[in-house]
Amino acid sequence: MLRADGVTVAYDRHRVLDRVAIAVPPGEVTGLAGPSGCGKSSLARVLALLLRPAAGTVSVDGEEVRRWRHRAAPALRTKVALVFQQPRLAVDPRFTLLDIVAEPLRVARLPLDRAERLAEEMGLTPDLLTRRPHEVSDGQLQRACVARALALRPRYVICDEMTTMLDASTQAHLVARLEEYRRESGAGVLAISHDTDLLDRWCGPDATVHRFGDA
Amino acid sequence: MTATSRLRVDGLTVRFHLPAATVHAVTDARFEVRRGECLALVGESGCGKSVMAHALLGLLPGNAEVTGSAWLETGDGDPVDLVAAPEEVLARTVRGRRIGLVPQSPATHLTPVRTARSQLEEALRELGNPASADDLAARAGLRPADLDRYPHELSGGMAQRVANALALAGDPWLILADEPTSGLDRPLVDATMAELRRLADDGRAVLLITHDLRAAELVADRVAVMYASRVVSVAPAAPFFAGPRHPYAAGLLDALPSRRFAAIPGRPPELTRLPGGCAFLPRCDRASAACENVPEPAVLPEPPAAGDAAAGNPGAGDPAAGDPAAGDPAAGPGASPAVSAPAGRSPASRHDGQEVACHHPLDHPLELDRHAAR
Repeated sequence: MLRADGVTVAYDRHRVLDRVAIAVPPGEVTGLAGPSGCGKSSLARVLALLLRPAAGTVSVDGEEVRRWRHRAAPALRTKVALVFQQPRLAVDPRFTLLDIVAEPLRVARLPLDRAERLAEEMGLTPDLLTRRPHEVSDGQLQRACVARALALRPRYVICDEMTTMLDASTQAHLVARLEEYRRESGAGVLAISHDTDLLDRWCGPDATVHRFGDA
Repeated sequence: MTATSRLRVDGLTVRFHLPAATVHAVTDARFEVRRGECLALVGESGCGKSVMAHALLGLLPGNAEVTGSAWLETGDGDPVDLVAAPEEVLARTVRGRRIGLVPQSPATHLTPVRTARSQLEEALRELGNPASADDLAARAGLRPADLDRYPHELSGGMAQRVANALALAGDPWLILADEPTSGLDRPLVDATMAELRRLADDGRAVLLITHDLRAAELVADRVAVMYASRVVSVAPAAPFFAGPRHPYAAGLLDALPSRRFAAIPGRPPELTRLPGGCAFLPRCDRASAACENVPEPAVLPEPPAAGDAAAGNPGAGDPAAGDPAAGDPAAGPGASPAVSAPAGRSPASRHDGQEVACHHPLDHPLELDRHAAR
């Protein structure tokens, strides 16, 4: 279980999250809905262990995150992956798509050949993998970002408005690929979106969908 | 501005020459946008929509080769061909004055170090518009106090309204909105679409470029679908959303979460190596040998089942009307029987029939899984 309890986040004196609790169980999709500016993305960063909350605790599979600097320790961070809303802001513009997918493997000193298979599973052709971000579309770049997120086989995947920029067919494909990963790996997925049609469909009738405000 | 105000894109083609390849970004695009209407141009990411917008504004980089024509007619002077016109003509008479751009992500489009007011006043001054920034802002739904804020102090909705006000500073009759809703949440999308609708109803024209079919449904009078650099379908909105005739358009609608939520199998071809025939062939379940040839656009009359949706103004005063689809030599041997008009009905005009470039268009409103069980 990936949990946040009593999490508070403030930028300067502006408090965007006030004692928020949320739990993401493994093997399931949990939805999180809410209008823009309500703090969804801040919560996503806290859960991805990329932002230290001003108060409250975060735990991964029962282990509480203690040694925060700005972020949590790398060993814990690799258990949670984050897919950002705007792929163009989430990649190094100098990297090729293959470099982007392979980056977590390189940092973790794992064999890099897995990157090509990951990319292939996302529907990226070898030709696309040699290009840089400005030479591909948002949809193609987001496919690379999803492949990168899955590279270290995370226990939890947080999708922060992953498909807002994308057309319906690309959206359906990315969601299907994440669902495939979830079923095969038993990972937990947190689907964050303002689009309740999408969350209803992605999470299914039995899932928990938190509406922001009561999350 | 008279009733003849329109943008007529004819055979617009854009190629980017890279050292090792040529990108076919837009191929032989043909469509019209008329005063008082909103045309939505939709398609998958990477299909060439935004390149089209930039081509119309003359804002493509130096390695772009643009051919064909895009006539901007306003009735109060000679029409301008946006493709052939020199840069100074575009800068002096077109951008901001006849075409206003509503940009993608308005918050980042604004200069971060100056207030909204200072940017609006600059635009008014440069465009020679005597109106005050406050009046312009009020028309876009902003209070004078909002104008004294910097972009980072504006909410997404307010930034959008500032961008709209900027687009209107030169009183253009054509508004080009390039993905104006990407990243906005539902209420803001609804508000932005209502604003675009109001602009069209005011007697301007709106060309809305978007990947968001639901946004398009809120505002469009007609929908053009782009696939792999070509405009493959132009249709009135109501019959389009009830049952698109192009298999790709149907697949795109069917991928919505509120419908079947199934991706179109396969992926679009690389724009550096487009196939010779119909680019949708490898992903299409209706393909035949005829699809080895590029399908020509043909106007399809609505099937009787969609009767009320096809009613409208059948070809009245429409110079483009009356090129019947039947007998189109390019339709080829594989042409579907749906191409011939049903007895007793006049051939549909471009304005009320679905114009589709496909050898095997769907002949009924597709059995879309509209209220998919969840």
